[in-house]
Amino acid sequence: MSTLTITDLHVTVETDQGTKEILRGVNLTINSGEVHAIMGPNGSGKSTLAYAIAGHPKYTVTSGTVTLDGEDVLAMSVDERARAGIFLGMQYPVEVPGVSVSNFLRTAKTAIEGEAPKLRTWVKDVKDAMAGLRMDPEFANRNVNEGFSGGEKKRHEILQMELLKPKFAVLDETDSGLDVDALRIVSEGVNRAKASTDVGILLITHYTRILRYITPDFVHVFVDGRIAEEGGPELADRLEAEGYDRFLTNA
Amino acid sequence: MPLLTTSDVGTDVHPGLKGPTDPTAGAHTHSAATMVPDQSRAERTQSYAVADFPVPHGREEDWRFTPVAELAALFADESTGNCLDWAEQLPQGVTLTSMSVQEWQATGAPRPADRAAVVAAANSGGVAVLDVPAEAELTEPVRINLTGDDQGVVHGHLLVRVGRHARATIVVGHSGTSTYSEMLTLDVADGAQVTFVSLQEWADDAIHLGQHDVIVGRDASVRHIAVTLGGHLVRLNTNASYRAPGGSFEALGVYFADAGQHLEHRLFVDHGVPHCRSNVEYKGALQGETAHTVWVGDVLIRAAAEGTDTYELNRNLILTEGARADSVPNLEIETGQIEGAGHASATGRFDDQQLFYLMARGIPEDQARRLVVRGFFASVVARIGVPEVQERLMAAIDLELEQASV
Repeated sequence: MSTLTITDLHVTVETDQGTKEILRGVNLTINSGEVHAIMGPNGSGKSTLAYAIAGHPKYTVTSGTVTLDGEDVLAMSVDERARAGIFLGMQYPVEVPGVSVSNFLRTAKTAIEGEAPKLRTWVKDVKDAMAGLRMDPEFANRNVNEGFSGGEKKRHEILQMELLKPKFAVLDETDSGLDVDALRIVSEGVNRAKASTDVGILLITHYTRILRYITPDFVHVFVDGRIAEEGGPELADRLEAEGYDRFLTNA
Repeated sequence: MPLLTTSDVGTDVHPGLKGPTDPTAGAHTHSAATMVPDQSRAERTQSYAVADFPVPHGREEDWRFTPVAELAALFADESTGNCLDWAEQLPQGVTLTSMSVQEWQATGAPRPADRAAVVAAANSGGVAVLDVPAEAELTEPVRINLTGDDQGVVHGHLLVRVGRHARATIVVGHSGTSTYSEMLTLDVADGAQVTFVSLQEWADDAIHLGQHDVIVGRDASVRHIAVTLGGHLVRLNTNASYRAPGGSFEALGVYFADAGQHLEHRLFVDHGVPHCRSNVEYKGALQGETAHTVWVGDVLIRAAAEGTDTYELNRNLILTEGARADSVPNLEIETGQIEGAGHASATGRFDDQQLFYLMARGIPEDQARRLVVRGFFASVVARIGVPEVQERLMAAIDLELEQASV
């Protein structure tokens, strides 16, 4: 059992108008096998939380801690965090021209495991995971995210999650821009990963739609850089019915 | 129709589009430094006579990016008698002989087109002649390794003749230290298929100026590949022309400039006969203060060259602050009856988002950086089609990146 603990996290970003505080004291504890949905209106800081956990250089942690089984995550470089078991599924995956998906996946797996995966099992694992996500085998020969449709990019993110087997996955708006079929396929991939590896999931979303496929254990409403309310799956239903207005008017 | 893309960090892009078919003629300038050529590319001087080329002072259109002050020794009309050290591997049937400069002129080879080339041709003392016989199908590349040992100015002169319907790969390597100026003619007969590779793996203090003239025969297919990694100052002018219809010319280039290196590649594809095609793709990376690269790609489609299909592309990747890439595509079109004509040039900085994405998958920074740079070069390297050159090139690029991170 692993635990990711976020304590009183404050994060700033540099803008044209100067330094702006985006996260203003986030507290959150996620255990293996749990699904935490983070929901909130645009601009509430949800994606900043995701990037800050992953270590994007654009975001500066001014106070607070993030620990993984007691280890100081904030002291780690971006690649060290990934090797420690933290995965960020990105809202806008980046194109890397000239680098094939298969080369990328093998390089990442090798980096995370500390040794190259055994060729025969690896090829089968990739093939199976791609089939599970209804991805054409030809996909492995394409360049990373280059010319991918929105749905292909998200499947590719979940493919990586399934193959890299992180302890914790932060999925940043994985559902945005997906049609219903793609949403279901991607959600099944997340559920498979959860069932097979007991990964803890931080599911960041604007909509409740994905929660019909991935059942959250906890729902956190994120407003103005901190968690405004917490509850079980029923809270998502309430948000579906009422929207975020009551939080915004209070804030 | 001409396609033009420019985007850019530390780059000058000055497309000079002229001609009756181009509605934007004369209106196509980008920066304050822009200088649209005031004459057709065809009007540049070409001559065997040294006196026809004054010593450049650096303001001339064809010398304006080059540090000419460092080149006085190669502009001096003096014979030195020096040679590079030659080591060649000639597959069966391939011969290496020599001829006088007068005999070379009598072959009708294209004339020198700048001061350095005319001096080299006038003072080389003779022309090395590499012949690949007609209908030869070489299974192994012809290899010529030229090594300099810092003996002073060297004038080199090489004529490569590939016979009708022959297939050959020719790799000319340059290493060591020299102050070298070369005149090279690659004459490809009808129906032949040739890959010619010029590797610049010089030591850090070498100077190399070259004029490579490629003549493409009827239905012949020629690939000219320049790989420039070493040398303090390297400037290669590659000119292609077609003897008869149906010819295809492909020019590929890869360069990697570090601090203190000036690497310049100029191409001129002269479409003077109908139904020929050309395709140019050069990619370069730069790192370190004062690293400077220049790419100039001129394409001229003359009135007679109906059915021409041409495209040229240059991409530069700037890895660190202080490096400068100049990229100048020029397209002159004198007939509307063409298949296609376009060019693209872009220079960009290393993308930190790519680095973050790869590192967020556990890949260490140095390895992530290598993946991105290798990926940048991948498309052009894959087209080289000579495995030993591709492998050496990728290994050399890795080494460049390792040295940078020390």
